[in-house]
Amino acid sequence: MRLSDREKAMLDGAEGPARQRAMDLLVRYGRALGAERLIPVTNVAGVWSSTTPWVQADLDKPDDFDTIYSRFNLDADDVVETPQAAVSTCQLIHGIDTRNYRLQGFSDEQAALQRKSEKYFGQRGVQWCSTCTPYQVGNVPVKGEHLAWMESSAVVYANAVLGARTNVEGRESAGAASITGLIPEFGLHIDANRYATHRVRVEAVPESMMDWGLMGYSVGAMVMENIPVLSGALPQPRPMHLKHFGAAAASSGGVEMYHIPGQTAEADSEDEALGGRVPVEEHVYDAAARRAAFERLNANANNPDVDFVMLGCPHNSIEQMWEIARLLDGKRISPNVELWVHTPRQIRALCDESGFTEMIERSGAHVMSDSCPAINRATPDGTEVIVTDSCKQSHYLPAILGKQTWFGSLEHCIEAALTGRFKGSL
Amino acid sequence: MTGTGEKIVLRGRCVVGGSAEGRAFVTREEISGWGGIDANTATVTEIGHEKRGESFACRVLVFPGAKGSSGWSHYFHITRRKNVAPAAMLFTVTTTKVALGAVVTRVPALTDFDRDPFEVIHDGDWVRVDADAGVVEITPAPPG
Repeated sequence: MRLSDREKAMLDGAEGPARQRAMDLLVRYGRALGAERLIPVTNVAGVWSSTTPWVQADLDKPDDFDTIYSRFNLDADDVVETPQAAVSTCQLIHGIDTRNYRLQGFSDEQAALQRKSEKYFGQRGVQWCSTCTPYQVGNVPVKGEHLAWMESSAVVYANAVLGARTNVEGRESAGAASITGLIPEFGLHIDANRYATHRVRVEAVPESMMDWGLMGYSVGAMVMENIPVLSGALPQPRPMHLKHFGAAAASSGGVEMYHIPGQTAEADSEDEALGGRVPVEEHVYDAAARRAAFERLNANANNPDVDFVMLGCPHNSIEQMWEIARLLDGKRISPNVELWVHTPRQIRALCDESGFTEMIERSGAHVMSDSCPAINRATPDGTEVIVTDSCKQSHYLPAILGKQTWFGSLEHCIEAALTGRFKGSL
Repeated sequence: MTGTGEKIVLRGRCVVGGSAEGRAFVTREEISGWGGIDANTATVTEIGHEKRGESFACRVLVFPGAKGSSGWSHYFHITRRKNVAPAAMLFTVTTTKVALGAVVTRVPALTDFDRDPFEVIHDGDWVRVDADAGVVEITPAPPG
């Protein structure tokens, strides 16, 4: 790799031991990718959480944050002091809701450790957005900006919807990028790699949130890690629709970038999305594909008696929270069911102020933040059968928790919460 | 067909240097890190995966590459800390997930081969990897 004089000096330790370890990792990583150089990034979204059993293993004391940081954010063999972030840096979703941790099965000590770690890394520049959707809470990069983001659903949103540029980074590369402002030049940082290679003609035009999710889940399986352009007359989406679509496509496939001409950031026409080239593959998303996606998402469930309803993956927007508040207003959920509604902590604060939290929690539901069951594996006691409105969550939960998981629309999920039975269908 | 005991040589690009050997764990399906493996035992857990329930600990992992969440590198990193990392990684599709994962797992790794590794490496073959030299030497397992 070609390194600048400053990068070479950093690698030699001129900017301290942490940045030396970070450069060492970035050079190993860049070589592994076959990258020729590092490029500047201005925005990092990663993981500094320090309370999971994985990172707590082999520690002398649980608040030894520098050791956790050195091991898991820098891949270093020794312990270095955590320096301040060099570029805007935020924490994504993590394991513990610092308000509702008892419901998640965590102790006061674990919640206190979580708060302590937030302060520790916070005072070194890490913003505790604590959500898989930093773009919903003010972290909105501009078109063309180079980022180092983790979280597949956030990466695809940043690339496709916003036109910012990031690959899917990992905990270690995001850690190194945060304190150096550098990442290997590879993949979606390069113009030529951002064009669509696959075209999907949309015949089953999405109308509801569930439709956008099903279309994403289907398109992801069609194109896998490739870049699709959607063709056809699509209705104007809201941000939440594209959040749902991208998260689903990144779960069933590995979609990190897509184009909807006239709606997403980098193409006003199919031709522009394809960079003037002919697509390598053509697919059709029709009513049969929509049905197949719904059936695949429900393939692991057969018991309609549900005990846990999970909403808000990716974390809900404020307008989704209002919709849920409206549907639950004046009602009581079934005594056999727990309903957890997930939203970023900043949006929960807005829900608190606006009275939405009260409307939702009066029904017996809980407004959760900072985490989700796929991340922290926390579900209410005795959970056997789960219902969710998230393609991503229903894709992963059967493997992560070994529990039956139904997928349905928000309305199906609310009905299941109120009656204890899932009756979702297309 | 190659007879038992006859060595096959593959050449590829070094991803992570070093050398190692072991029995091949071959899957044509991509592996998911978060939500796809149990990092304590290096066992594939993804529902529907052809290798579900099998562990690649100390095996030479031959696979197309990574899929799924950005937790990929972290989960493979954990396999190293739990002493259940694969002996080496041979993959065909370079992504940031698999490249970073190989780097932090710190096992010899190669990609960009001169032949399709799935044509010449089969489950249970003995595989020697010299990543610095970019060479993979395969001794086919006896039939049956």
